[in-house]
Amino acid sequence: MSGGWTIHLMVAPILLPLVVGALLLFVNERRRRLKAAFGAASSVALLLVAAALLRFADLPTEAGETATGVYLLGNWPAPFGIVLVVDRLSALMLLLTAVLALPAQVFALGRWHRAAPHFHSLFQFLLMGVNGAFLTGDLFNLFVFFEVMLAASYGLVLHGSGRRRVKAGMHYIVINLVASFFLLIGVALIYGVTGTLNMADLAVRIPAVAPEDRMLLEAGAAILGIAFLTKAGMWPLNFWLPTAYAAAAAPVAAMFAILTKVGVYILLRLSLLLFGEGAGAFAGFGADWLTVGGMLTVVFGTLGVLAARSLGRLTGYCVLVSSGTVLAAIGIEDPAVAGGALFYLVSSTVALSALFLLVELLERDLEQPEDEPDQVFADVEEDLEDEEDEVGVPVPATLAVLGLAFIGCTLLLAGLPPLGGFLAKFVMLGAVLNPGGPGGGEVSWQGWLLVPLLIISGLATLIAMMRAGIRRLWAPPEPIVPRVLIREAVPVAMLLFVGVALTVLAEPVMRYMTDAATALHAPTSYVETVLGKERLPGPRSAPSP
Amino acid sequence: MELVLALGIGVLVGSGVWLLLRPRTYQVIIGLSLISYAVNLFIFSMGRLRVDAPPILGPAGSGPAAYADPVPQALVLTAIVIGFATTALFLVVLLASRGLADTDHVDGQERR
Repeated sequence: MSGGWTIHLMVAPILLPLVVGALLLFVNERRRRLKAAFGAASSVALLLVAAALLRFADLPTEAGETATGVYLLGNWPAPFGIVLVVDRLSALMLLLTAVLALPAQVFALGRWHRAAPHFHSLFQFLLMGVNGAFLTGDLFNLFVFFEVMLAASYGLVLHGSGRRRVKAGMHYIVINLVASFFLLIGVALIYGVTGTLNMADLAVRIPAVAPEDRMLLEAGAAILGIAFLTKAGMWPLNFWLPTAYAAAAAPVAAMFAILTKVGVYILLRLSLLLFGEGAGAFAGFGADWLTVGGMLTVVFGTLGVLAARSLGRLTGYCVLVSSGTVLAAIGIEDPAVAGGALFYLVSSTVALSALFLLVELLERDLEQPEDEPDQVFADVEEDLEDEEDEVGVPVPATLAVLGLAFIGCTLLLAGLPPLGGFLAKFVMLGAVLNPGGPGGGEVSWQGWLLVPLLIISGLATLIAMMRAGIRRLWAPPEPIVPRVLIREAVPVAMLLFVGVALTVLAEPVMRYMTDAATALHAPTSYVETVLGKERLPGPRSAPSP
Repeated sequence: MELVLALGIGVLVGSGVWLLLRPRTYQVIIGLSLISYAVNLFIFSMGRLRVDAPPILGPAGSGPAAYADPVPQALVLTAIVIGFATTALFLVVLLASRGLADTDHVDGQERR
């Protein structure tokens, strides 16, 4: 990526969905196949670009430092112009986004993209916003990409319409609008104190902030944090989340699994870059808040998982457990714990996305009886006659496949062997109990709280999922075999395959995660690369002969 | 001037938050608008309040002290556009909810 056209690969994850999404607006709504083909092609291209960026970010440089790619938009050097930055963490998140996007789009082919116009355009704009938030190197563009992402998600959460969706969507929109105001206030305060918005430049300037301005800067950072914590779903800012996610159409909810992780990503990036060990008086600012908040989120999510009566809400609470676990692990500020947390983030997000799709397949035929309450009691007598025949009735193939997929999701989410969720939790627990390597220092109080919480939340998830699985798949009161198209089953299989692949390739993946986490905890090379990036020789800056 | 601006922002946010917590969608959207005005003023004030100082460099450069900070002004411009667009989008959802639920309560049903 040193020269030639490959240097522009970094801007592709933003430009490609933007152009494709805009072009699709001109295509007639009736030509759905064409639209879907373009959308899927864009997602495949994004997948390839993200894989290329990941390979680049993982290349060892001469000094053994981390590789960081910097793209100067407009060719102005870093603190003045705006930059895109790709390092291991952003490349990983880009790849995760692309991995979720393709199955969601294939799933939508079944019936969902017919539910309302412009599904594929909105989906591309959502991808653009998410990718931009992962790539941007300054706070204000973070706000802009956040808004692009949210605006697209407002449209998508209402996709398919209906009273329940509009109600949940309205709450979702108001809460996110207010969170955006917090984001703006935080950005403005930080700019007012430091005079810069570039993240790398901020990392340089924050240790030098005058003591009398300290409170203002901390207030700004805390207000900024509230905006991202709302997005990440930290308790008590998350009551909207299960309702909105359960109400959204299945492919949309599957993609929304990444949205909470955008908040988590930014908190991880900013807390370590701006308030890491090199930040002087500010070192470790907010870390305990993240840990405690994350643990409370896990508690709330666990209670919700146990109490949820529908599969959709259960999945929504699983989202909370997942992001709470990662938040709590980030707050401990130990590279080994963060490495495990990144592994957990990837495997749980993939599993959640698969589960959202699966839930829709399982519940689609159950929705009708709610509209006709009289029917529920009319069948009772007929069922009694059939009771003896039921013994030994073979499970229909569709249900068997769906059941297997459900078990896969359960294993990934609850963190049971043999799948990746177990490995991730094992790494986290191992790192929490052995700070600074085996036989290292003492376990902190956060560690002692986190260990039982992780185990109990896993157990609760297992119990809740088993209960839901038995009720719906094994012994339903009236067995309904869902009508499932192949193209709806394939995406679930694709996502679960990624989950299995993560397990099989655990060693290189875990090495990558640990490297990413280590680089985050030592941001010096990130800062130096961003600020030291020289502008490209252009027609105007070329030396005259 | 600082005092007037601070009071103005305070009043706008106070009214905005009060309206935001009301149960009618129309009140919520007006509350959101008021808060967005206050936030825009706040961003603007973070570039320090200056009178008679242009944000754009003139032909006769007389040092940066003669100019106002242009960055917050650019930020405000972006924030206004985005805020306007999202408010308009919310207005559509508000109307959809009114049409579907036959009430303008934020929960889609009147409290019993």
